[in-house]
Amino acid sequence: MRRPRTPAPLLVPAALAVAFLVLPLAGLLVRTPWSQLGTLLTAPGVGQALRLSLVSATLATLVSVVLGVPLAWVLARSRARGRAVLRALVTVPLVLPPVVGGVALFLVLGRQGIVGRWLAEATGITIPFTTTAVVIAETFVAMPFLVISVEGALRAADARYEDAAATLGADRWTTFRRVTLPLVAPGVAAGAVLCWARALGEFGATITFAGNFPGTTQTMPLAVYLALQRDPQAAIVLSLVLLVVSVATLLLLRDRWLGRGAAA
Amino acid sequence: MRGRGTAVLVAVALGALGACGGGGDDGAQASGGTSASPSGDGGLSGTLTVFAAASLTDVFTGLGEQLEGDDPDLTVQFNFAGSSALATQLTQGAPADVFASANPTQMAVVTDAGLADGDPTVFTANVLQIAVPAGNPAGITGLADFGREDLALAVCAPEVPCGAAAEDVFAAAGVTPLPDTQEEDVRAALTKVELGEVDAALVYATDVTAAGDAVEGIAFPEAEDAVNDYPLVTLAEAPNADAAQAFVDLVLSDEGQQALEAAGFRSP
Repeated sequence: MRRPRTPAPLLVPAALAVAFLVLPLAGLLVRTPWSQLGTLLTAPGVGQALRLSLVSATLATLVSVVLGVPLAWVLARSRARGRAVLRALVTVPLVLPPVVGGVALFLVLGRQGIVGRWLAEATGITIPFTTTAVVIAETFVAMPFLVISVEGALRAADARYEDAAATLGADRWTTFRRVTLPLVAPGVAAGAVLCWARALGEFGATITFAGNFPGTTQTMPLAVYLALQRDPQAAIVLSLVLLVVSVATLLLLRDRWLGRGAAA
Repeated sequence: MRGRGTAVLVAVALGALGACGGGGDDGAQASGGTSASPSGDGGLSGTLTVFAAASLTDVFTGLGEQLEGDDPDLTVQFNFAGSSALATQLTQGAPADVFASANPTQMAVVTDAGLADGDPTVFTANVLQIAVPAGNPAGITGLADFGREDLALAVCAPEVPCGAAAEDVFAAAGVTPLPDTQEEDVRAALTKVELGEVDAALVYATDVTAAGDAVEGIAFPEAEDAVNDYPLVTLAEAPNADAAQAFVDLVLSDEGQQALEAAGFRSP
Protein backbone atom coordinates (compact mmCIF):
# COMPACT_ATOMS: atom_id res chain seq x y z
CA MET A 1 0.00 0.00 0.00
CA ARG A 2 1.34 3.43 -0.88
CA ARG A 3 1.61 5.91 1.93
CA PRO A 4 -0.74 8.86 1.48
CA ARG A 5 0.77 12.25 0.68
CA THR A 6 0.72 14.77 3.51
CA PRO A 7 -2.45 16.92 3.30
CA ALA A 8 -1.54 20.52 2.48
CA PRO A 9 -3.09 22.10 5.63
CA LEU A 10 -0.74 19.98 7.75
CA LEU A 11 2.41 20.97 5.92
CA VAL A 12 2.82 24.55 7.17
CA PRO A 13 2.25 23.88 10.89
CA ALA A 14 4.42 20.77 10.62
CA ALA A 15 7.22 22.80 9.07
CA LEU A 16 6.82 25.44 11.79
CA ALA A 17 7.03 22.74 14.43
CA VAL A 18 10.25 21.42 12.91
CA ALA A 19 11.75 24.90 12.80
CA PHE A 20 10.71 25.58 16.40
CA LEU A 21 12.21 22.36 17.70
CA VAL A 22 15.32 22.19 15.55
CA LEU A 23 16.50 25.81 15.39
CA PRO A 24 17.70 25.98 19.02
CA LEU A 25 19.68 22.86 18.26
CA ALA A 26 21.18 24.51 15.21
CA GLY A 27 21.99 27.48 17.44
CA LEU A 28 24.03 25.24 19.72
CA LEU A 29 25.92 23.84 16.75
CA VAL A 30 26.68 27.30 15.36
CA ARG A 31 28.03 28.48 18.73
CA THR A 32 30.16 25.43 19.35
CA PRO A 33 33.83 26.43 19.63
CA TRP A 34 35.04 23.66 17.33
CA SER A 35 38.69 24.64 17.63
CA GLN A 36 38.65 24.12 21.40
CA LEU A 37 36.54 21.00 21.24
CA GLY A 38 39.38 18.62 22.07
CA THR A 39 40.60 20.59 25.09
CA LEU A 40 37.14 21.08 26.50
CA LEU A 41 36.13 17.48 25.98
CA THR A 42 39.16 16.03 27.68
CA ALA A 43 38.79 18.36 30.65
CA PRO A 44 38.67 16.41 33.90
CA GLY A 45 35.22 15.44 34.98
CA VAL A 46 33.49 15.40 31.59
CA GLY A 47 33.76 11.63 31.11
CA GLN A 48 32.87 11.11 34.75
CA ALA A 49 29.74 13.24 34.52
CA LEU A 50 28.68 11.60 31.26
CA ARG A 51 29.14 8.11 32.68
CA LEU A 52 27.22 9.00 35.81
CA SER A 53 24.41 10.46 33.71
CA LEU A 54 24.08 7.39 31.52
CA VAL A 55 24.24 4.94 34.43
CA SER A 56 21.79 6.81 36.63
CA ALA A 57 19.30 7.48 33.81
CA THR A 58 19.40 3.80 32.83
CA LEU A 59 18.89 2.64 36.42
CA ALA A 60 16.04 5.12 36.83
CA THR A 61 14.44 3.73 33.66
CA LEU A 62 14.79 0.13 34.90
CA VAL A 63 13.16 1.02 38.22
CA SER A 64 10.43 2.90 36.36
CA VAL A 65 9.69 -0.10 34.13
CA VAL A 66 9.62 -2.57 37.01
CA LEU A 67 7.30 -0.41 39.09
CA GLY A 68 5.57 1.66 36.42
CA VAL A 69 4.24 -1.08 34.11
CA PRO A 70 2.27 -2.73 36.93
CA LEU A 71 0.99 0.68 37.99
CA ALA A 72 -0.11 1.40 34.42
CA TRP A 73 -1.98 -1.93 34.39
CA VAL A 74 -3.77 -0.99 37.61
CA LEU A 75 -4.74 2.38 36.13
CA ALA A 76 -5.92 0.92 32.82
CA ARG A 77 -7.49 -2.39 33.78
CA SER A 78 -8.30 -2.77 37.45
CA ARG A 79 -11.74 -1.96 38.76
CA ALA A 80 -10.36 -0.41 41.93
CA ARG A 81 -12.22 2.66 43.06
CA GLY A 82 -10.53 6.03 42.98
CA ARG A 83 -8.49 5.27 39.88
CA ALA A 84 -9.04 8.79 38.55
CA VAL A 85 -7.66 10.26 41.77
CA LEU A 86 -4.78 7.81 41.69
CA ARG A 87 -3.95 8.74 38.11
CA ALA A 88 -3.96 12.43 38.98
CA LEU A 89 -1.70 11.77 41.97
CA VAL A 90 0.90 9.75 40.09
CA THR A 91 1.20 12.38 37.40
CA VAL A 92 1.86 15.14 39.94
CA PRO A 93 5.63 14.97 39.30
CA LEU A 94 4.88 16.04 35.72
CA VAL A 95 3.53 19.40 36.82
CA LEU A 96 5.58 19.89 39.97
CA PRO A 97 8.60 22.16 39.47
CA PRO A 98 11.49 19.70 39.82
CA VAL A 99 13.16 21.76 42.55
CA VAL A 100 10.00 21.42 44.61
CA GLY A 101 10.10 17.70 43.86
CA GLY A 102 13.62 17.65 45.29
CA VAL A 103 12.51 19.37 48.48
CA ALA A 104 9.58 16.94 48.75
CA LEU A 105 12.02 14.04 48.46
CA PHE A 106 14.04 15.56 51.33
CA LEU A 107 10.90 15.72 53.46
CA VAL A 108 10.35 12.00 52.98
CA LEU A 109 13.78 10.47 52.39
CA GLY A 110 16.12 13.11 53.82
CA ARG A 111 17.85 12.41 57.10
CA GLN A 112 15.20 14.56 58.81
CA GLY A 113 12.47 13.10 56.56
CA ILE A 114 9.54 10.91 57.58
CA VAL A 115 11.08 7.70 56.25
CA GLY A 116 14.69 8.85 56.07
CA ARG A 117 14.93 9.65 59.78
CA TRP A 118 13.82 6.14 60.64
CA LEU A 119 16.19 4.65 58.07
CA ALA A 120 19.11 6.63 59.45
CA GLU A 121 18.35 5.56 63.02
CA ALA A 122 17.83 1.90 62.15
CA THR A 123 20.67 1.36 59.69
CA GLY A 124 22.85 4.45 59.72
CA ILE A 125 22.17 4.91 55.99
CA THR A 126 21.39 8.39 54.70
CA ILE A 127 20.26 8.82 51.11
CA PRO A 128 20.83 12.48 50.17
CA PHE A 129 24.07 13.40 48.40
CA THR A 130 24.63 9.86 47.07
CA THR A 131 24.33 8.32 43.61
CA THR A 132 21.27 6.48 44.93
CA ALA A 133 19.69 9.89 45.52
CA VAL A 134 20.38 10.79 41.88
CA VAL A 135 18.57 7.66 40.70
CA ILE A 136 15.66 8.32 43.09
CA ALA A 137 15.30 11.94 41.97
CA GLU A 138 15.39 10.94 38.29
CA THR A 139 12.91 8.11 38.83
CA PHE A 140 10.54 10.44 40.65
CA VAL A 141 10.49 12.89 37.78
CA ALA A 142 10.63 10.43 34.88
CA MET A 143 8.42 7.50 35.87
CA PRO A 144 5.11 9.27 35.14
CA PHE A 145 6.13 9.52 31.46
CA LEU A 146 6.40 5.75 31.30
CA VAL A 147 3.19 5.17 33.25
CA ILE A 148 1.17 7.44 30.98
CA SER A 149 2.52 5.87 27.77
CA VAL A 150 1.97 2.32 28.95
CA GLU A 151 -1.49 3.11 30.26
CA GLY A 152 -2.39 4.58 26.86
CA ALA A 153 -1.06 1.46 25.11
CA LEU A 154 -3.05 -0.79 27.45
CA ARG A 155 -6.25 1.12 26.79
CA ALA A 156 -5.70 0.94 23.04
CA ALA A 157 -4.88 -2.80 23.12
CA ASP A 158 -7.70 -5.15 22.21
CA ALA A 159 -8.89 -6.77 25.45
CA ARG A 160 -10.49 -9.63 23.53
CA TYR A 161 -7.10 -11.35 23.20
CA GLU A 162 -6.89 -11.45 26.97
CA ASP A 163 -10.45 -12.77 27.18
CA ALA A 164 -9.57 -15.48 24.68
CA ALA A 165 -6.50 -16.45 26.71
CA ALA A 166 -8.63 -16.66 29.82
CA THR A 167 -11.20 -18.81 27.99
CA LEU A 168 -8.40 -21.16 26.97
CA GLY A 169 -7.49 -21.66 30.60
CA ALA A 170 -4.61 -19.26 31.14
CA ASP A 171 -4.54 -17.74 34.61
CA ARG A 172 -4.36 -13.97 35.00
CA TRP A 173 -0.61 -13.82 35.56
CA THR A 174 0.08 -15.98 32.51
CA THR A 175 -2.29 -13.85 30.45
CA PHE A 176 -0.46 -10.73 31.53
CA ARG A 177 2.96 -12.20 30.73
CA ARG A 178 2.15 -14.01 27.51
CA VAL A 179 -0.59 -11.90 25.96
CA THR A 180 -0.88 -8.41 27.44
CA LEU A 181 2.80 -7.57 27.73
CA PRO A 182 3.73 -8.56 24.12
CA LEU A 183 0.69 -6.65 22.93
CA VAL A 184 1.79 -3.40 24.59
CA ALA A 185 5.56 -3.91 24.10
CA PRO A 186 5.87 -0.98 21.67
CA GLY A 187 4.10 1.25 24.20
CA VAL A 188 6.45 0.09 26.96
CA ALA A 189 9.43 0.73 24.72
CA ALA A 190 8.23 4.21 23.77
CA GLY A 191 7.51 4.98 27.42
CA ALA A 192 10.93 3.72 28.49
CA VAL A 193 12.63 5.91 25.89
CA LEU A 194 10.70 8.98 27.06
CA CYS A 195 11.49 8.11 30.64
CA TRP A 196 15.20 7.64 29.91
CA ALA A 197 15.40 10.91 27.99
CA ARG A 198 13.68 12.81 30.80
CA ALA A 199 15.93 11.20 33.41
CA LEU A 200 19.04 12.04 31.38
CA GLY A 201 18.11 15.72 31.24
CA GLU A 202 16.96 15.92 34.87
CA PHE A 203 18.35 18.90 36.75
CA GLY A 204 16.18 20.49 39.45
CA ALA A 205 15.23 17.52 41.60
CA THR A 206 18.72 16.07 41.27
CA ILE A 207 20.66 19.15 42.32
CA THR A 208 18.27 19.68 45.21
CA PHE A 209 17.97 16.18 46.61
CA ALA A 210 21.30 14.67 45.53
CA GLY A 211 23.38 17.83 45.58
CA ASN A 212 26.32 18.34 43.28
CA PHE A 213 29.60 16.54 43.78
CA PRO A 214 31.87 15.44 40.93
CA GLY A 215 31.92 11.67 40.53
CA THR A 216 29.10 11.01 42.97
CA THR A 217 26.15 13.16 42.03
CA GLN A 218 27.30 15.60 39.33
CA THR A 219 25.43 14.51 36.20
CA MET A 220 25.86 16.23 32.84
CA PRO A 221 23.01 18.74 33.25
CA LEU A 222 24.55 19.86 36.55
CA ALA A 223 27.99 20.11 34.97
CA VAL A 224 26.49 22.16 32.12
CA TYR A 225 24.77 24.54 34.51
CA LEU A 226 27.91 25.15 36.55
CA ALA A 227 30.10 25.50 33.47
CA LEU A 228 27.68 28.20 32.32
CA GLN A 229 28.61 30.24 35.39
CA ARG A 230 32.25 30.42 34.42
CA ASP A 231 32.75 29.42 30.81
CA PRO A 232 29.73 29.49 28.46
CA GLN A 233 31.79 27.92 25.66
CA ALA A 234 32.48 24.86 27.80
CA ALA A 235 28.79 24.67 28.69
CA ILE A 236 27.88 24.54 25.00
CA VAL A 237 30.35 21.73 24.37
CA LEU A 238 29.02 19.75 27.33
CA SER A 239 25.45 20.22 26.10
CA LEU A 240 26.48 19.02 22.69
CA VAL A 241 28.07 15.89 24.13
CA LEU A 242 24.92 15.07 26.06
CA LEU A 243 22.87 15.72 22.96
CA VAL A 244 24.97 13.57 20.63
CA VAL A 245 25.09 10.67 23.08
CA SER A 246 21.35 10.74 23.76
CA VAL A 247 20.37 11.05 20.09
CA ALA A 248 22.76 8.24 19.12
CA THR A 249 21.37 6.01 21.84
CA LEU A 250 17.79 6.68 20.82
CA LEU A 251 18.52 6.00 17.15
CA LEU A 252 20.23 2.72 18.00
CA LEU A 253 17.34 1.64 20.16
CA ARG A 254 14.83 2.68 17.55
CA ASP A 255 16.32 0.30 15.02
CA ARG A 256 16.31 -2.57 17.45
CA TRP A 257 13.15 -1.98 19.29
CA LEU A 258 10.80 0.71 18.22
CA GLY A 259 11.41 0.16 14.51
CA ARG A 260 9.96 -3.30 14.65
CA GLY A 261 7.22 -2.20 17.02
CA ALA A 262 6.22 0.69 14.82
CA ALA A 263 6.19 -1.46 11.68
CA ALA A 264 4.01 -4.12 13.30
CA MET B 1 33.43 33.19 14.62
CA ARG B 2 33.59 32.72 18.32
CA GLY B 3 33.54 36.43 19.03
CA ARG B 4 30.60 37.00 16.76
CA GLY B 5 28.72 34.16 18.39
CA THR B 6 29.20 35.70 21.80
CA ALA B 7 28.17 39.12 20.51
CA VAL B 8 24.95 37.70 19.13
CA LEU B 9 24.30 35.94 22.42
CA VAL B 10 24.78 39.19 24.32
CA ALA B 11 22.58 41.08 21.87
CA VAL B 12 19.78 38.55 22.31
CA ALA B 13 20.10 38.70 26.09
CA LEU B 14 20.04 42.47 26.03
CA GLY B 15 17.00 42.44 23.79
CA ALA B 16 15.20 40.37 26.39
CA LEU B 17 16.35 42.68 29.15
CA GLY B 18 15.39 45.73 27.16
CA ALA B 19 11.87 44.35 26.89
CA CYS B 20 11.71 44.15 30.70
CA GLY B 21 13.30 47.51 31.32
CA GLY B 22 11.40 49.52 28.73
CA GLY B 23 9.86 51.66 31.44
CA GLY B 24 13.34 52.46 32.70
CA ASP B 25 14.34 54.11 29.45
CA ASP B 26 11.32 56.35 29.44
CA GLY B 27 11.84 57.24 33.07
CA ALA B 28 15.47 58.09 32.55
CA GLN B 29 14.66 60.35 29.62
CA ALA B 30 11.89 62.04 31.55
CA SER B 31 14.27 62.73 34.41
CA GLY B 32 16.66 64.47 32.07
CA GLY B 33 13.96 66.95 31.22
CA THR B 34 12.67 67.59 34.72
CA SER B 35 15.77 67.50 36.90
CA ALA B 36 16.38 71.17 36.13
CA SER B 37 13.28 72.21 38.07
CA PRO B 38 14.10 71.56 41.70
CA SER B 39 11.30 70.97 44.16
CA GLY B 40 10.77 69.12 47.44
CA ASP B 41 13.02 69.21 50.48
CA GLY B 42 16.22 67.98 48.89
CA GLY B 43 15.43 69.63 45.59
CA LEU B 44 15.48 66.33 43.71
CA SER B 45 12.99 65.23 41.09
CA GLY B 46 12.62 62.95 38.12
CA THR B 47 13.73 59.35 38.13
CA LEU B 48 16.84 57.89 39.69
CA THR B 49 17.96 54.58 38.22
CA VAL B 50 20.21 52.41 40.40
CA PHE B 51 21.86 49.22 39.13
CA ALA B 52 22.75 47.15 42.18
CA ALA B 53 23.93 43.64 43.05
CA ALA B 54 21.09 41.31 44.00
CA SER B 55 22.39 40.91 47.57
CA LEU B 56 21.64 44.61 48.16
CA THR B 57 17.94 44.26 47.31
CA ASP B 58 16.49 44.72 50.80
CA VAL B 59 18.81 47.45 52.04
CA PHE B 60 18.77 49.54 48.87
CA THR B 61 15.00 49.28 48.45
CA GLY B 62 14.67 50.72 51.97
CA LEU B 63 17.15 53.51 51.27
CA GLY B 64 15.40 54.29 48.00
CA GLU B 65 12.07 54.65 49.74
CA GLN B 66 13.68 56.95 52.27
CA LEU B 67 15.04 59.17 49.50
CA GLU B 68 11.61 59.25 47.86
CA GLY B 69 10.07 60.20 51.21
CA ASP B 70 12.43 63.16 51.48
CA ASP B 71 11.83 64.26 47.90
CA PRO B 72 8.26 63.50 46.82
CA ASP B 73 9.02 64.44 43.22
CA LEU B 74 11.71 61.81 42.97
CA THR B 75 11.11 58.26 41.80
CA VAL B 76 13.83 55.73 42.54
CA GLN B 77 13.93 52.61 40.46
CA PHE B 78 16.25 49.66 40.86
CA ASN B 79 17.66 47.02 38.61
CA PHE B 80 18.81 44.22 40.93
CA ALA B 81 20.73 41.38 39.31
CA GLY B 82 24.06 39.60 39.41
CA SER B 83 26.93 42.09 39.20
CA SER B 84 28.31 40.60 36.00
CA ALA B 85 24.93 40.85 34.26
CA LEU B 86 24.63 44.49 35.37
CA ALA B 87 28.14 45.32 34.17
CA THR B 88 27.31 43.79 30.77
CA GLN B 89 24.11 45.82 30.53
CA LEU B 90 25.96 49.04 31.38
CA THR B 91 28.74 48.45 28.86
CA GLN B 92 26.05 47.75 26.26
CA GLY B 93 24.57 51.19 26.88
CA ALA B 94 21.82 50.71 29.45
CA PRO B 95 21.04 54.13 30.99
CA ALA B 96 21.64 54.32 34.74
CA ASP B 97 22.71 56.80 37.41
CA VAL B 98 24.42 54.61 40.00
CA PHE B 99 26.13 51.23 39.85
CA ALA B 100 26.76 49.20 43.02
CA SER B 101 28.72 45.98 42.44
CA ALA B 102 29.17 42.99 44.72
CA ASN B 103 32.83 42.77 43.74
CA PRO B 104 35.61 44.98 42.42
CA THR B 105 36.07 42.81 39.30
CA GLN B 106 32.74 43.74 37.79
CA MET B 107 33.16 47.37 38.86
CA ALA B 108 36.43 47.36 36.92
CA VAL B 109 34.54 46.27 33.80
CA VAL B 110 32.49 49.45 34.04
CA THR B 111 35.30 51.83 35.02
CA ASP B 112 37.62 50.40 32.34
CA ALA B 113 34.92 51.16 29.78
CA GLY B 114 35.09 54.79 30.87
CA LEU B 115 31.51 54.81 32.10
CA ALA B 116 32.14 55.91 35.69
CA ASP B 117 32.15 59.46 36.99
CA GLY B 118 35.25 59.47 39.20
CA ASP B 119 36.62 56.60 41.25
CA PRO B 120 34.38 53.99 42.88
CA THR B 121 34.00 54.00 46.67
CA VAL B 122 33.96 50.78 48.66
CA PHE B 123 30.84 51.26 50.77
CA THR B 124 30.47 47.90 52.48
CA ALA B 125 31.80 44.35 52.58
CA ASN B 126 30.52 40.84 52.94
CA VAL B 127 32.35 37.98 54.60
CA LEU B 128 31.73 34.26 54.71
CA GLN B 129 30.05 32.70 57.70
CA ILE B 130 29.26 29.14 58.67
CA ALA B 131 25.51 28.57 58.50
CA VAL B 132 24.16 25.83 60.75
CA PRO B 133 20.59 24.69 61.49
CA ALA B 134 18.99 26.39 64.49
CA GLY B 135 20.51 25.01 67.69
CA ASN B 136 23.64 23.82 65.87
CA PRO B 137 22.85 20.11 66.37
CA ALA B 138 26.26 18.92 65.14
CA GLY B 139 28.14 21.28 67.46
CA ILE B 140 30.09 23.05 64.72
CA THR B 141 32.71 25.39 66.14
CA GLY B 142 34.83 26.55 63.24
CA LEU B 143 36.20 26.06 59.77
CA ALA B 144 38.14 22.93 60.78
CA ASP B 145 34.84 21.06 61.11
CA PHE B 146 34.56 21.17 57.30
CA GLY B 147 37.30 18.55 57.19
CA ARG B 148 35.25 16.04 59.17
CA GLU B 149 34.11 13.03 57.22
CA ASP B 150 31.22 12.18 59.55
CA LEU B 151 29.33 15.42 58.92
CA ALA B 152 27.04 16.38 56.05
CA LEU B 153 28.54 19.58 54.65
CA ALA B 154 27.74 21.97 51.82
CA VAL B 155 29.91 24.57 50.14
CA CYS B 156 29.28 26.57 46.97
CA ALA B 157 30.66 25.16 43.73
CA PRO B 158 34.04 26.67 42.77
CA GLU B 159 32.43 28.06 39.59
CA VAL B 160 30.31 30.57 41.54
CA PRO B 161 31.64 33.53 43.60
CA CYS B 162 30.83 32.16 47.06
CA GLY B 163 32.61 28.92 46.11
CA ALA B 164 35.71 30.80 44.97
CA ALA B 165 35.73 32.68 48.27
CA ALA B 166 35.34 29.38 50.13
CA GLU B 167 38.41 27.97 48.38
CA ASP B 168 40.37 31.02 49.54
CA VAL B 169 39.46 30.66 53.20
CA PHE B 170 40.11 26.92 53.22
CA ALA B 171 43.52 27.50 51.67
CA ALA B 172 44.28 30.21 54.22
CA ALA B 173 43.17 27.99 57.09
CA GLY B 174 44.98 24.93 55.80
CA VAL B 175 41.77 22.92 55.96
CA THR B 176 41.03 20.30 53.32
CA PRO B 177 37.26 20.44 53.06
CA LEU B 178 35.22 17.26 52.65
CA PRO B 179 31.89 18.61 51.42
CA ASP B 180 29.06 16.27 50.45
CA THR B 181 27.79 18.72 47.89
CA GLN B 182 28.96 21.77 45.95
CA GLU B 183 25.90 23.92 45.62
CA GLU B 184 25.03 25.97 42.56
CA ASP B 185 24.36 29.08 44.64
CA VAL B 186 24.09 30.37 48.18
CA ARG B 187 20.32 30.00 48.24
CA ALA B 188 20.51 26.26 47.47
CA ALA B 189 23.11 25.76 50.20
CA LEU B 190 20.91 27.59 52.72
CA THR B 191 17.85 25.52 51.82
CA LYS B 192 19.73 22.39 52.82
CA VAL B 193 20.69 23.98 56.13
CA GLU B 194 17.09 25.08 56.75
CA LEU B 195 15.86 21.53 56.09
CA GLY B 196 18.50 20.16 58.46
CA GLU B 197 19.92 17.99 55.67
CA VAL B 198 23.43 19.33 56.11
CA ASP B 199 25.18 20.09 59.40
CA ALA B 200 26.83 23.20 58.05
CA ALA B 201 27.25 25.27 54.90
CA LEU B 202 29.65 28.06 54.03
CA VAL B 203 27.72 31.14 52.87
CA TYR B 204 27.83 34.92 53.17
CA ALA B 205 26.97 36.61 56.46
CA THR B 206 24.15 38.56 54.80
CA ASP B 207 22.57 35.32 53.62
CA VAL B 208 22.55 34.02 57.18
CA THR B 209 20.81 37.20 58.36
CA ALA B 210 18.27 37.02 55.55
CA ALA B 211 17.46 33.37 56.29
CA GLY B 212 15.91 34.25 59.66
CA ASP B 213 15.51 31.99 62.68
CA ALA B 214 15.93 28.60 60.99
CA VAL B 215 19.63 29.28 60.47
CA GLU B 216 22.40 30.39 62.82
CA GLY B 217 25.67 31.96 61.71
CA ILE B 218 29.10 31.25 63.11
CA ALA B 219 31.83 33.77 62.32
CA PHE B 220 35.38 32.50 61.95
CA PRO B 221 38.68 34.37 61.81
CA GLU B 222 39.83 32.99 58.45
CA ALA B 223 36.92 34.81 56.78
CA GLU B 224 39.21 37.87 56.77
CA ASP B 225 41.17 36.23 53.95
CA ALA B 226 38.26 36.47 51.55
CA VAL B 227 36.55 39.77 52.28
CA ASN B 228 34.24 40.70 49.45
CA ASP B 229 34.30 44.47 48.94
CA TYR B 230 31.28 46.25 47.46
CA PRO B 231 32.16 49.35 45.41
CA LEU B 232 29.68 51.87 44.09
CA VAL B 233 30.01 54.76 41.68
CA THR B 234 27.92 57.39 39.93
CA LEU B 235 27.95 57.02 36.17
CA ALA B 236 29.37 59.57 33.78
CA GLU B 237 26.27 59.60 31.60
CA ALA B 238 23.89 59.68 34.56
CA PRO B 239 20.60 61.25 33.41
CA ASN B 240 19.94 62.40 36.99
CA ALA B 241 23.36 63.25 38.42
CA ASP B 242 22.07 65.21 41.44
CA ALA B 243 19.88 62.37 42.64
CA ALA B 244 22.72 59.91 41.95
CA GLN B 245 25.03 61.83 44.26
CA ALA B 246 22.30 62.08 46.90
CA PHE B 247 21.82 58.32 46.82
CA VAL B 248 25.55 57.64 47.12
CA ASP B 249 25.74 60.10 50.05
CA LEU B 250 22.85 58.34 51.74
CA VAL B 251 24.51 54.92 51.35
CA LEU B 252 27.76 56.27 52.83
CA SER B 253 26.00 58.13 55.68
CA ASP B 254 25.72 56.67 59.19
CA GLU B 255 22.12 55.84 58.43
CA GLY B 256 22.98 53.91 55.30
CA GLN B 257 25.83 52.10 57.00
CA GLN B 258 23.55 51.09 59.89
CA ALA B 259 21.00 49.67 57.48
CA LEU B 260 23.75 47.65 55.79
CA GLU B 261 25.04 46.37 59.13
CA ALA B 262 21.55 45.34 60.18
CA ALA B 263 21.41 43.19 57.06
CA GLY B 264 24.67 41.43 57.94
CA PHE B 265 27.05 43.57 55.90
CA ARG B 266 29.93 45.20 57.67
CA SER B 267 31.87 48.40 57.39
CA PRO B 268 34.50 48.39 54.66
